[in-house]
Amino acid sequence: MTKLPRWLVALAIVAAAFAILPLLGLASRANWAALPGQLTSPSARTALWLSLRTATTSTALCLVLGVPLGFAVAALRGVTRAVLRAILLAPLVLPPVVSGLGLLYAFGRRGLLGHTLDAAGIPVAFTTAAVVLAQAFVAMPFMVISVEAALAARDGRLEAIAATLGASRSRILGAVTLPGIGVAVAMGTVLAFARSLGEFGATLTFAGSLEGVTRTAPLQIYLARESDPQAAVALGLVLVALAIVIVAAAARPGRRVVQ
Amino acid sequence: MNRATPALVTVLVLAAGSAAGAMQTDSSTHGSAAPRSATVDVYAAASLTDVFTQLAQAYESAHPGIAILLTFAGSSDLAAQINEGAPADVFASANEQQMTAAGEHIDGDAMLFASNTLTIAVPEGNPGGVTDFASLANPDLAVVVCAPEVPCGAATAALEALLGVSLSPVSELSNVTDVLGSVSSGEADAGLVYVTDLARADGVEGIAISGADAAVTSYPIAVMNTGDARHAARGFVDYVVGSQGRATLASAGFAAPRVAAGR
Repeated sequence: MTKLPRWLVALAIVAAAFAILPLLGLASRANWAALPGQLTSPSARTALWLSLRTATTSTALCLVLGVPLGFAVAALRGVTRAVLRAILLAPLVLPPVVSGLGLLYAFGRRGLLGHTLDAAGIPVAFTTAAVVLAQAFVAMPFMVISVEAALAARDGRLEAIAATLGASRSRILGAVTLPGIGVAVAMGTVLAFARSLGEFGATLTFAGSLEGVTRTAPLQIYLARESDPQAAVALGLVLVALAIVIVAAAARPGRRVVQ
Repeated sequence: MNRATPALVTVLVLAAGSAAGAMQTDSSTHGSAAPRSATVDVYAAASLTDVFTQLAQAYESAHPGIAILLTFAGSSDLAAQINEGAPADVFASANEQQMTAAGEHIDGDAMLFASNTLTIAVPEGNPGGVTDFASLANPDLAVVVCAPEVPCGAATAALEALLGVSLSPVSELSNVTDVLGSVSSGEADAGLVYVTDLARADGVEGIAISGADAAVTSYPIAVMNTGDARHAARGFVDYVVGSQGRATLASAGFAAPRVAAGR
């Protein structure tokens, strides 16, 4: 690597400090002696457990539905692909509260689909299922974009060879294409899980907040911050640690993709 | 590059302007006479949103040069922000507990200026068939309340204890505005909000709770030493607790402050 200009290094240091200072700020407010007690309190444990369960379920949903969607988008061409891609990836940059409102008006009691669901005896409002829907909605684009980008980078030669050998479409997909984009799917999975774990705004707007049912760790932090800021910090640090571990895990296969 | 220059100049001019404005505010507050111009940062509870907007406008037009900058959020949130160094000149809380939480920053004394009671909000048409407070205990009804950690939730818990009704809410939210949102969108069959919230909500109807006045929430207001416009802040607080302020509060549905016996 060539030597960097000094001004660039200076700006980079400022940027790094900007990224790290809030984490130090959180750590500075923690009551380390009380931390184990704060993290094993019933409401903290319930919230963390609910977060892990819902994030795992929504990640599974992203795998089952997001991977096929990535394939479908990659199969399109031209303007259709560009437009559809932009719409499908919008939840990445939408304010979460807008995502929550959209979910409410689609799956809520008076929503487009919610009315039918409610009549069929499948209420979504205020249930854990609503939390999973909110998380899957905001996390799905990570899977779609990972799969689509990986497919776009393939030239299709191996698939063509498999086809000449008489393999069916599903066989080609399972034996050639999917293993070829395995790293991208793994990365999409990790990012979708991380995004699900951190979901806050859409969950609060769409699912509500009740201990053990809809109050995930971020919602518990939001509430605890009002009455017991140190407990909020303790739970926040757990999420920071998880985020760092997850991003580190995602970065490793990422490097192999570049090579 | 050339095209970006005017924009950059505009930004710099604006920045310089606001810096000058800030300096002006500073110098005015150091004077002993009534300040000619100042910006008063008022931190007020979410349930005061409409009425304080009205009060601030009336005060500003009667006092040229004074700007009232309003920040609305849950009282506990505001108390936490003030304790973290937010530059509040005035704090109006939805209960006394949160005023006490920010107590070390009070300049002078906190005064009670209004009171509020809880009521039942239901979506238009009352689809859940709510009749009274006791009917909210029906497990088939989706009832939304404030979490016990925040003022409206504390009031709800007090009312439950008082009336001997135990609710099993489907959601416990951090402020009244979120409760109202759940009701007006029809997601919930009923929610517990302040009487004054009904007036500012579309798509909801109110059902009075008999016995609700036994659990009254009092609103304290105080000048805070965290701000930089204490003199002007005192003027605004006097206006809120004075006859004009009280009249505006009354027309928004707030009752006069009640001082419980023995305080």
